[in-house]
Amino acid sequence: MKVLVPVKRVIDFNIKPRVKADGTGVETAGVKMSMNPFDEIAVEEAVRLKEKGIATEVVAVSVGVQQAQDTLRTAMAMGADRAILVLTDVAVEPLGVAKILKALVAKESPDLVLLGKQAIDDDMNATGQMLAGLLGWAQGTFASRIEIADGRATVTREIDGGLETLTLTLPAIVTADLRLNEPRYASLPNIMKARKKPLETIAPADLGVDVTPRLTIVSVAEPPARQQGIKVESAADLVARLRNEAKVI
Amino acid sequence: MAVLVFLDHESGIIRQASRSAVTAARALGEVHALVTGDASVAEAAARIDGVAKVLRAAGAAAAHELAEPLAAVIADLAPAYSHIVAASGASGKNVLPRAAALLDVQPIPDVVSIVDADTFVRPIYAGSALATVRSSDAKKVLTVRASSFDPAPAEGGAAPIEQVTVPDGPALSEFVSIALSQSERPELESARVIVSGGRGMQNEENFKLLNPLADRLGAAIGASRAAVDAGFVPNDYQVGQTGKIVAPELYIAVGISGAIQHLAGMKDSKIIVAINKDPEAPIFQVADYGLVGDLFDILPQVEAALDKAG
Repeated sequence: MKVLVPVKRVIDFNIKPRVKADGTGVETAGVKMSMNPFDEIAVEEAVRLKEKGIATEVVAVSVGVQQAQDTLRTAMAMGADRAILVLTDVAVEPLGVAKILKALVAKESPDLVLLGKQAIDDDMNATGQMLAGLLGWAQGTFASRIEIADGRATVTREIDGGLETLTLTLPAIVTADLRLNEPRYASLPNIMKARKKPLETIAPADLGVDVTPRLTIVSVAEPPARQQGIKVESAADLVARLRNEAKVI
Repeated sequence: MAVLVFLDHESGIIRQASRSAVTAARALGEVHALVTGDASVAEAAARIDGVAKVLRAAGAAAAHELAEPLAAVIADLAPAYSHIVAASGASGKNVLPRAAALLDVQPIPDVVSIVDADTFVRPIYAGSALATVRSSDAKKVLTVRASSFDPAPAEGGAAPIEQVTVPDGPALSEFVSIALSQSERPELESARVIVSGGRGMQNEENFKLLNPLADRLGAAIGASRAAVDAGFVPNDYQVGQTGKIVAPELYIAVGISGAIQHLAGMKDSKIIVAINKDPEAPIFQVADYGLVGDLFDILPQVEAALDKAG
């Protein structure tokens, strides 16, 4: 079974993003970039499937700028076998990414596409569902557990009220939630090995996909800041203020 | 043109967040509500103030709000609507992007403000920035943050109910089971008061120390990602960027340091209280009232002060 794992290069999750002074977006120049944390979980799960003998090949793919190669090398250091970079300077929206992935699925014929449930930059939480829609495949989103057996995937999903379990006919799309696994750190020997693994670069046009954005960014602004509060000295003072000042209890 | 709003329900009860989606949708046009489940769900939808028509997708294929058949239903109905809306919950986020793909539309998730029929404000980077985006798609597909729109009243409407057919297709996914957290407390997303615990609670047993305070205040109980990851409480307690987004009247953060992704889920609360032993914890930057100290000492003191005040 082949597993395709799309990964995105985003501002590192430890960095507080700064809004550009001209209000056109968030500053990325000179900012540390890393693999989207949810995608790391997806890579980890795919590699574990291979280690269990369920997956035979793990292919990482990224849509983005040249430096997204680094993200793909990280995926290969974690255990992906090879990688594909769909090179573009356009900030491709989930719809465009889903179309690119659909074209790659046609080329690669994976049985499972494992994605992070959302990217921590645009917080869209859409690509996996959209790819599933375009392919007409089953989807198991927000997964905290995956089991593959007899041509089906059993997926436990984190939903608003608790957990839901579904079975999906393969091929299928699964998106990873936080508690699916804890991704490994790539070891130095594996980082060295990853440098020699194959990385193919193609253009969206090679796949016949138009990635023109549908959304125009009118402006990006800082959210209104909360007014600095006060420190109270005691529990009694706190309760008194909640009652008399804030009037919330 | 009218607006189609998908109302999700849990155990037959329409989620309050979906009534907030009705309020958001009314700003865009006449609201038609799409529901699944028993007739009683459709009847409840018909009573919501502001709903002009209810479309009920009945039958096994539409049960459990499975994404594959529901997205197909929405795509079938879409030609009659300018906008397709749902609350930004697990169900809306599961179904709407799939429907959007079938319609060749880029969805707009987590809308917090509607500027006009094409232009919407949504948080990005865990709420570190607010993006105003304009869609060039002929049809808009959006999910809306319940904390940004008041819920439409559950009573007051008397909309007609129509059945809609679920398109035939292969059953790609099948429902196996559901495990809902059992709680007598209010839902996180609709609670007036929330008491939330973090890593500082130390373990599952200690986390229960929040119960008496929550009981006393009629509060829901939430948690930071750290507390959920550590297994103190189930996933549905999580407040934050990838958990629930809440904006209660009063949010009491106990032993929560205040990571950006947690603040993203609660910083629109009216009053925020932080109890933490680290005076430098980032949670104090958003707190209206901060109390520095050992939470295990402070919690009983707060309860005593509440009792004393009556």
